[in-house]
Amino acid sequence: MTDTRYTKEHEWIRLDGDTATVGITDYAQSQLGDIVFVEVPDAGKAIAKGGEAAVVESVKAASEVYAPVSGTVTEGNASLDGAPDTVNSDAAGDGWFFKMTLSDAAELDGLMDQAAYDAYLKEIDA
Amino acid sequence: MPDSATLDALLTTPLDGLHQSLGAKMVPFAGYSMPVQYPLGVLKEHLHTRAAAGLFDVSHMGQADLVGDNIAEALERLVPGELQALKPGRIRYTQLLNDSGGIIDDLMIAKPVDGDPNRVHLVVNAACKDKDYAVLQAGLPDASLERKNDHALLALQGPQAAAVLSRFDPLCSSMPFMSLRPTTIDGADVVISRCGYTGEDGFEISIAAADAETFARTLIEQPEVEPIGLGARDSLRLESGLCLYGHDMDDDTSPIEADLTWSIGKRRRAEGGFPGDARILKELHEGPSRLRVGLKPVGRAPAREGAVIEVPDGAAVGVVTSGGFGPTAEGPIAMGYVAVEYAKPGTRLHLIVRGKALEADVVAMPFVSQRYYRGSK
Repeated sequence: MTDTRYTKEHEWIRLDGDTATVGITDYAQSQLGDIVFVEVPDAGKAIAKGGEAAVVESVKAASEVYAPVSGTVTEGNASLDGAPDTVNSDAAGDGWFFKMTLSDAAELDGLMDQAAYDAYLKEIDA
Repeated sequence: MPDSATLDALLTTPLDGLHQSLGAKMVPFAGYSMPVQYPLGVLKEHLHTRAAAGLFDVSHMGQADLVGDNIAEALERLVPGELQALKPGRIRYTQLLNDSGGIIDDLMIAKPVDGDPNRVHLVVNAACKDKDYAVLQAGLPDASLERKNDHALLALQGPQAAAVLSRFDPLCSSMPFMSLRPTTIDGADVVISRCGYTGEDGFEISIAAADAETFARTLIEQPEVEPIGLGARDSLRLESGLCLYGHDMDDDTSPIEADLTWSIGKRRRAEGGFPGDARILKELHEGPSRLRVGLKPVGRAPAREGAVIEVPDGAAVGVVTSGGFGPTAEGPIAMGYVAVEYAKPGTRLHLIVRGKALEADVVAMPFVSQRYYRGSK
């Protein structure tokens, strides 16, 4: 299991063996507010780095979730359908969005590690 | 997300310091820096307003008096509401119309309690202030407009609003819905109106800017009251089936299409005499070609403003003008315009969201029952 990597759009990705899990960060959920609906991709869907992969809706607005890397979706988190607020309560854990296989694991190297993401958050909140 | 430079260029209300101290998230709205939510969050703010009482800063709205000879009669040339029969101290909801019968803005018009026939009180939408005032001056060149730029407007809304406000103004509890009354609270002159934009019982309190923060803090200190931002204001009005100007109606929309026929007085329907009356009376008699309706998606996904409405065979028949999640309705809700043959409650339609067709039913509005004060009987 590798460490968690982050995008500037506040998605996280964690590789475990051949499969990576993707979600949005705690910062992202706090900015969105109360989440009322999540649309996750179906297994088998090919997604491209930076492309739209999922949608998260708060009371106020819909926001896109982008693929941190390219690959193929293996599972969408079906439990979010009945409990979208899990993203608010456990963004880094049970509130994951989808799992995927990677077409190029080297793409992970271009993402931020925890220290870089923490520094990035300080920068945008300054 | 707005950066601080953007917010710096905006106007602020007299309660700006209060919003900041309460930890509100501020956003640009109609040229003002306004609280979209407080730390409680949109969902809980919405539910709290329906359960107890919420305090909203609506000081961005335009408060003004229009002064001129027999002003109510004169103003009927610009709006379809029945103003001549309006009693002193009563408020009317109506619309400023253009010559095509389209809506320039919707507004509240009230007659002064003292029965002065030469003065009416107005409250107009923040984003429409300059436009409305220009239309009023052009349409009524002999009247003068007195803007109350030095006044804040607070809205206290919810089933416990009357219990809270009566601690400071005992007479407020028995005020009829859509009435107003000047009074004094803690030495501050105020005008209290029993109306609002949430579907709940409640009041709007016009108060001098210098007195506003003190009174707002006093209200927030009451155990039933939480400060509520624009996010919940929008979800509350949507659940209550209330139109938002610029979204659910605009310069092309007639009051008949907007399902606001109830707001046109009986005498006005018979006589006309307002801008666009030919179109509006024709729509009254023959029916409009499109109508504002409530839409309830069958699933959990919300449809937002701009979503195209189709019939199941794929033909476009309308568009969503407001949509989102209703916390009290416990699901997605929307309103929009459809060709009139699809406006009947129970009609199954498709809302196109991200290229997918979401099933939705036309439903009667409001989505959540309105609970205005109708007297203690």
